[in-house]
Amino acid sequence: MIRPHGEDRLLVIVPALNEEAAIAGVVREIQEFVPDTPVLVIDDCSSDSTVMLARAAGADVLPLPHHLGLGGCVQAGYKLAYELGFRYVIRVDGDGQHKPSDIPRILERLKSSGAEMVIGSRFIDDNGSRTGAVRSLGIKFFRAVLRPILGRTVHDPTSGFVGVNRRALDVFSRSFPLEYPEIEALVVLQRRRFRFEEVSCHFRPRTTGRSSITPAKSLYYIVHVLLGVFIIVLRYESRFHRGNGG
Amino acid sequence: MDRLLNVTTAVSAILLLMVLFSVRRERIRVEYSVSWLAMAFIMLVLSRAKPLLNTVRELMGLPDSPLALFLLAGGSALIMLFRFSMVVSHLRDDNVALAQRVAMLEYRLRSQENHEG
Repeated sequence: MIRPHGEDRLLVIVPALNEEAAIAGVVREIQEFVPDTPVLVIDDCSSDSTVMLARAAGADVLPLPHHLGLGGCVQAGYKLAYELGFRYVIRVDGDGQHKPSDIPRILERLKSSGAEMVIGSRFIDDNGSRTGAVRSLGIKFFRAVLRPILGRTVHDPTSGFVGVNRRALDVFSRSFPLEYPEIEALVVLQRRRFRFEEVSCHFRPRTTGRSSITPAKSLYYIVHVLLGVFIIVLRYESRFHRGNGG
Repeated sequence: MDRLLNVTTAVSAILLLMVLFSVRRERIRVEYSVSWLAMAFIMLVLSRAKPLLNTVRELMGLPDSPLALFLLAGGSALIMLFRFSMVVSHLRDDNVALAQRVAMLEYRLRSQENHEG
C-alpha cells in the first residue's frame, strides 16, 4: 500500500480509462522525474489492459467497481490520499499529454506559495502547446466568464494537470464535481478564500485515446459547467450572508 | 367529449391496477407508488364525476373539461418527474460515495493480503 514518506509526503495520481497505449510510459516517466514518490493509478473500469500495465510499470492501482466519470475517479484518489495522510497530491492524466518533468516545478510552487492549488498551464506564455480550435474557443470563453468570479485571470481553466495541498484535499475529499471538475473545483476553492497559482507547462499532443469532450458534447459541456459555476456561487453567497463563510 | 373521458377512465384504471400489481410484486417501493396511485385515482374520479370536473374547469378558467383534466394530469406528471429526478440525483451521489468506499476498502484489503502473504 502507498504510504506518505519524505518531507513532502507527495502522491501522484493518474485517473485512467482505457489508456493501455500510454499508461505504462506515463508511470515510468513519473518515477523518473519524481523518484521515490508513490504513483496511484485510479482505474475507472477500463475494459483493456490498463490495470495490468500500470501495475507492471510499478504503480499502485485503485480499481473502481464501476464507471464513475472523471470527477468521481479523481475524488476517489483525493479521498484515499487524505485518509492516508498525504500532504500534496498532483494529478497527471493517463493519456501522456502532461509532462511529468513539470511535476517538480508544480510541487515547488505548492510549497513556496502556500497556495491550495497549482495549475499546470499551457497559456501563461507561448510555450508551443497547442489545442484544438473548439477547445481553444471554450478556454477563452471560460477565461472571460471566470475573470470576474475569481477576481483574476486563469489562463488555462480546463487544465487537468493540477497540484493540491492538504487543505484543498480536505475540501475535495468531501465534495467534488462529478463531471468536468476542473472549472467548478477552481470556483469552489475561490469561494472558500483559498488561493491558486499557475505554472507554465508544456503539454504534448494527445497520441492515444480521445478527449471526453467531443465537438458534439461541447455545448452540453458549456451549459453544464456554467450551471455548475452559477450554483456554486449562489451556494457560497447564501452561506456568506448567513454568516457561515466556511 | 364523452369518448375522451371514457378513454381517460380506462387509462386511469389500467394505471391504478399496474401500480397495485407492481407494489404487490415488489417491483416498485410503496413510497414511490403513492404519487402514481393518487394521480390515477384523481384522474379516475374526475373522468367519472362530471359536476366535479366542471367545477375544476371553472376554477382553472378553461373552456373545455377534457383540457382541464389533461392539464391537471400533465402538471402532476411534471411534478412527479421532477421529484424522481431528485431521488435519482440523491441515489447517484450515494452510489458514487459507496463505489469509492468499496474501492478504497478493497485496495486496503488487497494491500494487507499482499503484505501478509
